Amino acid sequence: MRRNPRDLQRYSASERANHWVVGICFILLALSGLAFFHPAFFPLTQLFGGGPWTRILHPYIGVVMMLFFIMMFFRFWRLNVMEQRDVEWLKNVNKMIDGNDHDMPEQGKYNGGQKVLFWGLVLGMLALTASGVAMWRAWLNLPVDMVRIASVVHAVAAVWMIGLIIMHVYAAIWTRGTIRAMLYGTVTRAWAKQHHRGWYRKMTGDNS
Amino acid sequence: MSLQSLDIKRLSATTTPAPQARTPQSGDVAKLIDVSKCIGCKACQTACMEWNDLRQEPGVNHGVYDNPNDLTENAWTVMRYTEYDNEATGNLEWLIRKDGCMHCEDPGCLKACPSPGAIVQYTNGIVDFHQEKCVGCGYCVTGCPFNVPRISKKDSKAYKCTLCSDRVAVGQEPACVKTCPTGAIMFGTKKSMKDHADERIADLKERGFAQAGLYDPAGVGGTHVMYVLHHADQPSLYQGLPTDPKVSAAVRLWKGVSKPLAMAALGAAALGGLFHYITKGPNDVSKELEDEMERQDREAEKETQP
Repeated sequence: MRRNPRDLQRYSASERANHWVVGICFILLALSGLAFFHPAFFPLTQLFGGGPWTRILHPYIGVVMMLFFIMMFFRFWRLNVMEQRDVEWLKNVNKMIDGNDHDMPEQGKYNGGQKVLFWGLVLGMLALTASGVAMWRAWLNLPVDMVRIASVVHAVAAVWMIGLIIMHVYAAIWTRGTIRAMLYGTVTRAWAKQHHRGWYRKMTGDNS
Repeated sequence: MSLQSLDIKRLSATTTPAPQARTPQSGDVAKLIDVSKCIGCKACQTACMEWNDLRQEPGVNHGVYDNPNDLTENAWTVMRYTEYDNEATGNLEWLIRKDGCMHCEDPGCLKACPSPGAIVQYTNGIVDFHQEKCVGCGYCVTGCPFNVPRISKKDSKAYKCTLCSDRVAVGQEPACVKTCPTGAIMFGTKKSMKDHADERIADLKERGFAQAGLYDPAGVGGTHVMYVLHHADQPSLYQGLPTDPKVSAAVRLWKGVSKPLAMAALGAAALGGLFHYITKGPNDVSKELEDEMERQDREAEKETQP
């Protein structure tokens, strides 16, 4: 949807669909995973049809998430390669957190923080997938010492991922006008010029 | 399934204390397996199958007497035979160990289990699986330092020796104890079993087994199934009985400090976001930029509609 014909297209429909398949999988995995991680969350298994169903479903949802995450990786990795201006941005991240983004260095489609998040999620996904497969007793029965290490890695990587996604979601809420990019694909030019001036100039040719 | 006649001391995945008022005044129980008196007849395996209505499909012979070759969801106890060539004495020793759940005082399976009440420890020390609450994740297998629990291929539930908790609850000894023809398996309070073991060990030492001793490993808080071994200094001789079993450090980390730490970290992240929003306000597009874009919009409109 374009409220204004001059809005800028940030994500195509297939990019959005891909993102939300991963997002839905992530939410289901976090809820079912937390249920097995801490007794306080065990009642969450009721959302999935009880304990055994939660145990059965969790790894399959994980496989779906991994496949769609790989697709998303190939869509976006080039845009997330770190550059000098991203390092400058990260050095000034305190100003950003303080709510003062006027002096921040100019950013392309993604800023340094978003790029760090991207690679953090890639790392977390790798660890989660490898350790999760090792723990999948329905299909595999690996040496117990390996499964023990995998269990710790899986828990640490999961907390790492949930933490990053809390940041990801919060940044989207905090930076007003962002969520529509992932819902119907467009952002206003004002939004683009303020938050991603490099990308704005590339998209509009406006170098003012 | 929880037996009303046996009080529960500890429940898996439960952070509050179990009812504490009733405790066995005569102390906790133990099974003592005197390996030096075992003749390898497998009557204990048969009695276990009979009492628990278990039938393991006959397997294939792998050149040893062990049959089945390993514990299974249908074989909660297995005799493990070792032919040990004792170089010090020149004797060939036939070491036969009855394998099965050790009923640890500090059970790794219970620690690892994510399902509240699927694994319980009774006040008498018996560790029991309640299959109706089992989700089939196999964490008990990951937690166990003795490689005991088995997940059934049929129903994906975990099974192991119950120490005949149903029999013990009504004042009977476990089926294997009842049937053992040589008295190699005994059952009683842990204290009386230790006292009896002391006598047996003294006897064995007199007969030339200088290293005879009791296997009641401290690393898991002691066990409610104990062995009298002729070679207590080398438990691994008995088909890999662990020398110093402990709940693995990885499992303790995973099921211990990581849980509160992770909850605190994630809670702090979520609350941090909320309070950041409240204190700093949203990161909005500036009025100036919005006005600028509106101006551009109007100009563009004029161009298309002269």
